[in-house]
Amino acid sequence: MQVSMIVNGEEVTREIEGRLLLVHFLRDHLGLTGTHWGCDTSNCGTCVVWLDGEPVKSCTVLAAMAGGHEVRTVEDLEQGGELDPVQRGFMECHGLQCGFCTPGMMMTARALLDRNPDPSEEEIREAISGQICRCTGYATIVRSVKWAAAHEASTPAGGAS
Amino acid sequence: MTTTDERPAGFENNDHKPIGHGRMLRKEDPRFIRGKGNYVDDVQLPGMLHCAILRSPVAHARIVSIDTSAAEAHPKVKAVVTGAALTGLGLAWMPTLSGDVQSVLATDKVRFQGQEVAFVVAEDRYAARDALELIDVEYDLLDPVIDVRMALDPSAPVIRDDLDGKQNNHIFDWETGDEAATEAVFASADVVVSEDIVYPRVHPAPMETCGCVADYDRIDSRLTLWSTSQAPHAHRTLYAIVAGLPEHKIRVISPDIGGGFGGKVPIYPGYVCAIVGSIVTGKPVKWMEDRSENLTSTGFARDYIMRGEIAATRDGKILAVRTNVLADHGAFNGVAAPVKYPAGFFGVFTGSYDLQAAYCKMTAVYTNKAPGGVAYACSFRITEAVYLIERIVDCLAYELEMDPVELRMRNFIQPDQFPYRTKTGWVYDSGDYEPTMRKALELAGYDELRREQAERRARGELMGIGVSFFTEAVGAGPRKDMDILGLGMADGCELRVHPTGKAVVRLSVQSQGQGHETTFAQIVAEEIGIPPADIDVVHGDTDQTPFGLGTYGSRSTPVSGAAAALVARKVRDKARIIASGMLEVSVADLEWVKGAFHVKGDPGKSVTIQDIAMRAHGAGDLPEGIEGGLEAQICYNPENLTYPHGAYICVVDIDPGTAQVKVRRFVAVDDCGTRINPMIIEGQVHRGLTDGVGMALMEMIAFDEDGNCLGGSLMDYLIPTALEVPDWETGFTVTPSPHHPIGAKGVGESATVGSPPAIVNAVVDALKPFGVRHADMPLTPSRVWDAMRGVPRPPI
Repeated sequence: MQVSMIVNGEEVTREIEGRLLLVHFLRDHLGLTGTHWGCDTSNCGTCVVWLDGEPVKSCTVLAAMAGGHEVRTVEDLEQGGELDPVQRGFMECHGLQCGFCTPGMMMTARALLDRNPDPSEEEIREAISGQICRCTGYATIVRSVKWAAAHEASTPAGGAS
Repeated sequence: MTTTDERPAGFENNDHKPIGHGRMLRKEDPRFIRGKGNYVDDVQLPGMLHCAILRSPVAHARIVSIDTSAAEAHPKVKAVVTGAALTGLGLAWMPTLSGDVQSVLATDKVRFQGQEVAFVVAEDRYAARDALELIDVEYDLLDPVIDVRMALDPSAPVIRDDLDGKQNNHIFDWETGDEAATEAVFASADVVVSEDIVYPRVHPAPMETCGCVADYDRIDSRLTLWSTSQAPHAHRTLYAIVAGLPEHKIRVISPDIGGGFGGKVPIYPGYVCAIVGSIVTGKPVKWMEDRSENLTSTGFARDYIMRGEIAATRDGKILAVRTNVLADHGAFNGVAAPVKYPAGFFGVFTGSYDLQAAYCKMTAVYTNKAPGGVAYACSFRITEAVYLIERIVDCLAYELEMDPVELRMRNFIQPDQFPYRTKTGWVYDSGDYEPTMRKALELAGYDELRREQAERRARGELMGIGVSFFTEAVGAGPRKDMDILGLGMADGCELRVHPTGKAVVRLSVQSQGQGHETTFAQIVAEEIGIPPADIDVVHGDTDQTPFGLGTYGSRSTPVSGAAAALVARKVRDKARIIASGMLEVSVADLEWVKGAFHVKGDPGKSVTIQDIAMRAHGAGDLPEGIEGGLEAQICYNPENLTYPHGAYICVVDIDPGTAQVKVRRFVAVDDCGTRINPMIIEGQVHRGLTDGVGMALMEMIAFDEDGNCLGGSLMDYLIPTALEVPDWETGFTVTPSPHHPIGAKGVGESATVGSPPAIVNAVVDALKPFGVRHADMPLTPSRVWDAMRGVPRPPI
């Protein structure tokens, strides 16, 4: 079947199998390997992308279901050569180690800050609680998101496609 | 509440400061935060095919027949391979890390659920999976051995009938320490406390599963393997030995690795399947296991059933410890450990205490479970050793009605006793325990916590305070004592300074997230004064790096870090001679101030390392006997292991209605000697503490009586999320290693090792009003509930 969608602001059209998962569509068909895959059961969240502005686990979305919708991935966080404050926050506060969960964590964090510009520690922990990090112990991710919240003013908020 | 050093504003130029050690942002992060990391599954080659593996649905069965005809007829399938086909290639079996053999694809029997039976190579990953459904295997079911306590029963089925003359499920007996001397101390001691302590089977479960891309070039007979390997050089040599491929024609590349934690040390059958798939089809072949395959077939950790005993005087002087261990090794003995240490470094179960005697006896057996015994974020079984001693010391404190901190302080090895030889023969390099303990007490506000606990107990609330104090043995190891399958545990390092004063350092160890590109640049920067930003760190490619045994057991900084410092000093020594020529003074008249040689007494007269690099490569004269260029290579053989230590304090609250444990606070004070990048150290400590919460409260790979794995997905194998862990509170003390060139010790795994006993001790402390002295991990609500009702049960 043919599927068309907007990915990171650009329209893409591909011939796919109906059962193809969105995560594999992004990675294998579009080469957007920043979105990762880590489990079979929608538990780990390394595959989180935005679907029409909402964070979703792309291992649990068929590419066909995203047809006609807008998808945003980690590759789109940096805009015009300017890093998103979330990206800067993760670097600044050591919010990553192996980097595998990081894209999903950042996409969730960006969505959180767009709705709640000054989240509490509890709100940040709640927001990322559907995702697993095996490296950081989460405290530095919390600090990273808080850092981003404190530095939002320096770049345009959001920047969604 | 956290004690991390706060970062000054204006971080952007941090990387360009000419610094060595200190907090520095990571050089690898710019690619990761852009989604531009390069993990194995990101590798796409033209014409690449996909491999999928058919696995046994049962724990123990004879294979009657395998029909692959329908799979072979699938239009997208390029190859279907069974154990019989591998037998023809001599590849049906491969050596494990412990000198046993493991089946690549089962030929005779399947011996655990999830064992590899056949593989398919197809045009895409979905088609490969489809074809697995078309393979028809007929099994003749056999009774499985699941209860490890029954493995040596004469009636137990023999799992390894592939081994000549094998009549039982026994693997090895091992002992350490002095049995008679220990018995004598126990016989005359005032107090003897015993406890049965189980360390359940757990799994490293990195976020990235295992996988590889194999690309065999038939014309050149060259194999390139992108692989999730923590030890690319060791893997290359083993592939050469197993497959008979010439070693110089094998290139193993470990690109970015999405966490390893020991689970990516062994060679798994899937890697061999992908290689065979590429050889058979003549195309590149990718294999990535799914999460269930990861949890059910790749290396587990722990699975020790321990009987701990401790002897002491009435006033709390610990005299001796003794333990008897039954070790479940699964269907193949794949334990990751140096050859001379079949139980890894479990011998360090004497802990941080000055004892009169110690003795350990262990028996290892086969069961119908996945093989492994990997060093999951620990240095070869030290996690079990530390848990045993720190749990049994708390049991002693319970019996003596003594504060667990006071009991530990009374028995610490004293600073003037280092280097300290334990009763099991290990030589602790350095340590100063009491200040570390006191710092943790201070950060935690220990006395105030005890007061609060008394008040809460009076109100019927369940609050617990748990303490652990660990000494780890990390950085394997001296070549004379330690090897893996005959390969000595040394590490190479090369440093090349380019004409303009930039440099490249090449390592044999392999980061899985530890930040080697940063830490090793800092180590070299500290020694030769070239800014870390000007030093490229190359690792993870056997064609580009010197030989060494890789990253696990917290050995990168103790071994490879030492190599990096020493190779930089070698370069600096040569630079000094060149500088003496440039400044026309003798080398003795030169003074090294980070980054430049100055003439003593005439500080205005100097040359920088960059000036020297240009001269070394230039057309001008060099001092007599000095070759051009500015580079060096070494292979570092450590004199001893390094012995980091730490004091951990955990505070838990237990809901009396649901028995749910909440970790309210966790204070960790670590001493890993010289600290290279405090930010990275703190991150690694946080990581291990989270592991500890997982193992103590949530994680367990369990099996039902038929051998079905009950922890085969992340819905069943529970890993902590941000909601299960507190905001960590960390601190540090510094006791340098006397034999490491910069005084550093390993730290990457300290917290995984040290935190489980602190958490369990806290839970048991909270349950004191119920008369509970011990309860086994994982302390899930149902198990805590049972303990509260006076019927604690072992998890296996």
